Amino acid sequence: MSSATAQRNSFAAVLWDYLTTVDHKKIGKLYLYGGGFFFLLGGLEAVIIRIQLIKPENDFISAGLYNEMITMHGTTMIFFAAMPILLGLMNAVMPLQIGARDVAFPFVNALGFWLFLFGGIMLNVSWLTGAAPDAGWTAYAPLSTTSPGHGVDYYVLGLQISGAGTLMGGINFLVTIVNMRAPGMTYMRMPLFSWTTFVISVLILFAFPALTVGLFLLMFDRMFDSAFFDVALGGNSIIWQHLFWIFGHPEVYILILPAFGIFSEIFATFSKKRLFGYTAMVFATILIAFLGFMVWAHHMFTVGMGPVANSIFAVATMAIAVPTGIKIFNWLLTLWGGNITINSAMLWSLAFIPSFTIGGMTGIMVATSVADYQYHDTYFVIAHFHYVIVGGVVFGILAACHYWWPLMFNRILNEKLGKWAFWLFFIGFHLTFFIQHFLGLMGMPRRYWVFLEDQGLDLGNFISTIGAFFMTAGVIVFLYNAFYSWFKQGPAPQDPWDGRTLEWAVESPTPYYNFKQLPLVRGLDALWLEKMEGNGKLAPAEPVGDIHMPNGSILPFLISLGFFIAGFGFIYQTTSDLAYILLYGGMGMALVCMLIRSLKDDHGYHITKEELEKEAR
Amino acid sequence: MKGWMGKIKVLFLMGLVSLVLSACGKENLTALDPKGYGAEKSFDLIILPTVIMSFVLLIVMVLLTVALIKFRKKKGREDFIPKQVEGNHTLETVWTVIPILLLIIIAVPTVMYEFNLADEADAADSLNVEVTGNQYWWHFNYEGLDIQTSQDVYIPVGEKVYFNMLSSDVIHSFWVPTLAGKLDVNPENVNTFYIEAYEEGVYWGKCAEFCGPSHSLMDFKVVVVSQEEFDQWVADMQNFDPETVELDSEVAVEGRELFDQYNCMACHAIGSSPVAVGPNLTNFADRTKLAGVEEMTKDKLVEWIVNPELIKPGNKMTGAYPKINEEDAAKIAEYLMQLSPSEITIENADGGLK
Amino acid sequence: MSHDHSLNPETMPQHPEKATLEGKNKFLGLWFFLGGETVLFASLFGTYLALKNSTAGGPTTQELYGLELVFVMTMLLLTSSLTSVYAMYHMKNNDFKKMQLWLGITGLLGIGFLACEIYEFYHYIHEYGFTFRSSAFGSAFYTLVGFHGGHVLFGLCWLSAIMIRNAKRGLNLYNAPKFNTFSLYWHFIDVVWVFIFTVVYLMGKVA
Repeated sequence: MSSATAQRNSFAAVLWDYLTTVDHKKIGKLYLYGGGFFFLLGGLEAVIIRIQLIKPENDFISAGLYNEMITMHGTTMIFFAAMPILLGLMNAVMPLQIGARDVAFPFVNALGFWLFLFGGIMLNVSWLTGAAPDAGWTAYAPLSTTSPGHGVDYYVLGLQISGAGTLMGGINFLVTIVNMRAPGMTYMRMPLFSWTTFVISVLILFAFPALTVGLFLLMFDRMFDSAFFDVALGGNSIIWQHLFWIFGHPEVYILILPAFGIFSEIFATFSKKRLFGYTAMVFATILIAFLGFMVWAHHMFTVGMGPVANSIFAVATMAIAVPTGIKIFNWLLTLWGGNITINSAMLWSLAFIPSFTIGGMTGIMVATSVADYQYHDTYFVIAHFHYVIVGGVVFGILAACHYWWPLMFNRILNEKLGKWAFWLFFIGFHLTFFIQHFLGLMGMPRRYWVFLEDQGLDLGNFISTIGAFFMTAGVIVFLYNAFYSWFKQGPAPQDPWDGRTLEWAVESPTPYYNFKQLPLVRGLDALWLEKMEGNGKLAPAEPVGDIHMPNGSILPFLISLGFFIAGFGFIYQTTSDLAYILLYGGMGMALVCMLIRSLKDDHGYHITKEELEKEAR
Repeated sequence: MKGWMGKIKVLFLMGLVSLVLSACGKENLTALDPKGYGAEKSFDLIILPTVIMSFVLLIVMVLLTVALIKFRKKKGREDFIPKQVEGNHTLETVWTVIPILLLIIIAVPTVMYEFNLADEADAADSLNVEVTGNQYWWHFNYEGLDIQTSQDVYIPVGEKVYFNMLSSDVIHSFWVPTLAGKLDVNPENVNTFYIEAYEEGVYWGKCAEFCGPSHSLMDFKVVVVSQEEFDQWVADMQNFDPETVELDSEVAVEGRELFDQYNCMACHAIGSSPVAVGPNLTNFADRTKLAGVEEMTKDKLVEWIVNPELIKPGNKMTGAYPKINEEDAAKIAEYLMQLSPSEITIENADGGLK
Repeated sequence: MSHDHSLNPETMPQHPEKATLEGKNKFLGLWFFLGGETVLFASLFGTYLALKNSTAGGPTTQELYGLELVFVMTMLLLTSSLTSVYAMYHMKNNDFKKMQLWLGITGLLGIGFLACEIYEFYHYIHEYGFTFRSSAFGSAFYTLVGFHGGHVLFGLCWLSAIMIRNAKRGLNLYNAPKFNTFSLYWHFIDVVWVFIFTVVYLMGKVA
C-alpha cells in the first residue's frame, strides 16, 4: 500500500490522494492550506480597509465596496481562517498526542474539511458574481434581510455549509478523545492542547446549532418570504441578535482556548518544566467554556434589555476573568525557575502574555455595562477583540506553526526569518490596534466608511494604517519562511525541541498509521517521563499486530460539491426558475453520495504484521 | 462619587490621558471629557477598571520580565533540568481570590450605576422627544409641543430630556459621546433614555449601529441652550407659519413655487406636520451641517438636490423625485436657505463648542 | 475481508451494537449529535415562544389548534418509539426477523404520523389561510413543527435504507450499530415531539 503510493508521484496522483484522503495528518494539512489561503485573503481585505481610513473623507473605495470589505474581512477571518487553521492543527497533532492511530470517523473528518472549503469558496464567489455580503459579519436583521442583491445570500449559504462541516469536526474530536486514547492516557494525563481540543469540541457542538437556526431563519426571510425579522408582520429582529451571540460568544472561546493549549505546550517545552498547576489549567479551561455560554448578551448591552439583564450579564462576564487570570499566572510560574530557550515559537508565546493581558483588561472594561454604553460599536471594541483574537489566536497559530512545523512538514522553520516576521508583526500589531482604543473613546464608531475632517480622528487613523503595513510585511516574511524552509532546509530530526508529549515520540516523518504499537502512557508528559527515567522512548502497550486502516474515498468531496451546487440553486431560485436545476441537482448528488456511503460496506483494510516488520527493516 | 473616585480621576487624568494624548479628541465629540450625566457615569466606570486592570497588567509585566531575565538559558547550564514543579496551592489560591475581590470592586458600582441610569420615574414631567432613526437621518418630534425638527435637536441645559426612540427601517444607535452613552434605535420597540447636559454647547452625535452604505454619514447635533433661550426657540418654532415666511428675493419666491411644483412637500414638511418621509425643513437655514455632514452652503445644497447619491450613497431620496436641473435647484436652495424661524440658533449655545 | 463479523448465537456478544470500536464510536457520536440537535430545537422553541403572539391579525393559537388530531399524532409517535425498543430487544437476542418486523411497524407508525401532519398543515392553509408567510407566528410555527417533521421524514428514509440493505444478510457486528443508532435517533425525535405537543399545542390552547 505505502510503497504503491510512493511510486505514483505524479501531480495527478498527489491530487487524487489528497482529494480522497481520510488520513488525519493530510486533512490537517489541507485545513492549513485552505485556512492559510483565506487568512491571506482576509488580510488583504484588512489592508484595503486600513488604506481607505488612512486619511479623512478618503475615496479609495466606495461606501458599498467598503461595507463588503468589512463584512468579508470579519467573516473570512473568523470562519474561514482562524477556525480551520486551528482545526487543522488539532487534526495534525491531537491524535498523536493522545496516542491514537486516527480520529474516530476518518470519513466524516474528510467530509468536514470539504464542507468548510466549499463553504469558504461559496462565500468568496460572491466577489465574482457582482455583490459580496455587506451587512457586517454579524449580519444584523433587518439590515441583512433588506440588503439588496444576492450578497447576504452567499453569506447565509457559505456559513451554513461550512458550519455543518465544523459541527462534524467537533463531534469527531469528542468521540476520538473519549474512545481512542492510548492505554494509560487518562484524562488527567492528556496534554493541554488535547484538553482544549476536547473542550472546544463541546463548545462547537452546543454553539453551532444556534447559528444554524439563525441562518435558516435569515435564509427563509430572504428567500422564502417568511416574517421572522419583518416588523410589519410581527417579526422581531432582536431574535437574530440573540441567536447569533448565543453562538457568537462561545465562538470566541472556540478560537482562544486552543491557543491557550498551544501556549501551554510551548511554555512547558521551552522552559524544560512541567506546566505549573496542570489541574487548575484543565479546570480553568472547562470553567471558561461553561461561563462562555452564560454571557452572550454582553454583546447587546445597548439593545435596551433593561438594567436587570444588563447587570446579570455584566457580572457573569467579569467572572470569566478569574479562570483566565489563573491561566496567565500559571504560565508565568511555568517560566519561573525554568531553563528558558527563546526561539521563534517562544517569542510568539511570550508576546502573547502582555498582548492578551491587555485584551483581557479591556475585556473587563467592556463587560462593565455602563461604560460599554460608550465603548459599544466603536473602535474601542475593535481594538479589544483584535487584542484578543490577534494577540491570542493569531500569535497562538504562528507559535504553533513554528513548534509543530517539523512534525507536520518535516522541516524546521528558519529562525532568523522567524524572528524578523515576529518583530515586524508584533510592532505592527500594537501600532495598529493600541491607538484604536482612544479612537473609539474619541468618538469613532466602528464600520465607518469615512471619518470626517476636523473631528480629531486623523492622526490615530494614520498611525493605525501604518501599523497594518508592518503586519503585512510580517506575514509576507513568514510566508517566505515557509517556502524557504521547504526548499532550502533539510529534513527535521525527530523530536527537535526535546519535547515532552507523545507527538514527539513517533518517528519522523510520521508513518501513515502513526504508531506501529500503541504506546503505554505512564503519566503526564509521557515522553519526558521516559526520558528522565533513561528509557528515551515509550514502552509499547501491545505486541506488533495487524493495524486496521480506513479506505480513502472521493465521496466526501462529492457530497460537499453537491451541497455547494445546491447552494447556488437556493440563491438564484428567487430570480430564476432555472436555478431549480442546480438546487435539485446538487441536493440529489449529495444525497445519492450519502446513500452510497450508507449502503456500500466499507470495512477498511489491514496492514499486516509482516508488512510492518518488513518496513522496519 | 466625588470622594475617592474623584481623587483617582484627577490622578489618572494628570498621569495618563494628559500625557499620552495631549488632547483626548474634539471636546464636543469625545467620551473622555464628559459634559452630561450619562457620559459622566460611564466615564467613572471607564476610569475605575482602567486603574485596577493597569495594576494587574503591571504585575504581569514585572513577573514576565523578571522571569525572562533570571531564568533564560545561560552559558554553562544548557543541560540544566529544572525542578518539575506541579503547582502551589497557596499561590493558586492567591491569584484566584485577589481577582475575585478586584472584580467585586468593579461589579458593585456597575450594577448601582446601571440601575441609577435606568431610573425613569420623572419621565412624565420632563421634556420628551420622540426620535426616529432613518437611513440616513434623524427625526425629532417634541411631544406635546407640535414641533418637529430633523438632524439638529435643541434642548435646555441642566434639564433631563427624555428621548423615546424608534427606527423606521433598520437598527440604528443614538450616540452623543460627550453627553451620554449610546442606545440602540430598534424597529420593533421604543427605547428610552435621557440626556442631562451640564454645559451649553453643540454636541456631535453619531449613528453607532451599522445601518448601510452611509452609516458613517449619519451625524446629528444636540444643541444645548439655556432654558430661556430654549423657551424662546419653542415659541418661535410654534409661531412659525410657512405661508407667511418673508422671502427677500424674487428667486426665493420662485424657489418656493418650484418646491411645490416638484412636490417636495410629499416627503419634506415645512412647519409642524406629521409628514416625516424625509427630513423636516422648518429651520433648515439654521442647521449646523447639510445632510448632517457637509458645509452648510448654497452650492452644496444645489449639489445635493441635483444628485444626493454623490453625498450620501444609498439614501432614500435618490430617484424618489423627478429630475431637477441645476437652475431650478439653485432657486429651491435659495428658498430653503431662508427658512430660519427663530432667533435662537447654534450661536446661542455658549461655551465655544460649535 | 479477513475479519468476519457475522453473528451466530454462540459468538453473539451481549451488546452487538457496541462490540467493536466502530460501534462504540457510532453510539457515542450519535449521542453527541443529539446534544447538538437539542440546541437546534431549543433555538427553534425559543424563536417560536417569542413570536407565537405575533399573529399580525391572523388566527391565534386558540383558534387554530385542534387537540384531537394532535393527540392521535402523539400516540402514533409514542407507540413507534416503543416498537423500536422491541426491535432493539430482538436485536440483542439475535432474532433478526422479529427485529425487522418491529422496525417495519415503527416505520409504518412514522408514516402515519407524517400523514397526519401533512393533513394538519393542509387544513391550516386551506381553512384558515394560515401560511408560512402570513405572519411571524406562521413562520415560527411551520419552521418548528416542520423541522421536526423533516427529522421524521429523514428517519423514515434512513430506516428503509438500512432495512432493505440488510434484509438478506442478517445481523452482524458491522450493521448492528447502524440499527442501534437509528433507534436512538428515533427516540430523540419522539422526545422532541413531546415538547412540541406541550409547548406548542397544549400551551397554545390554554394560554
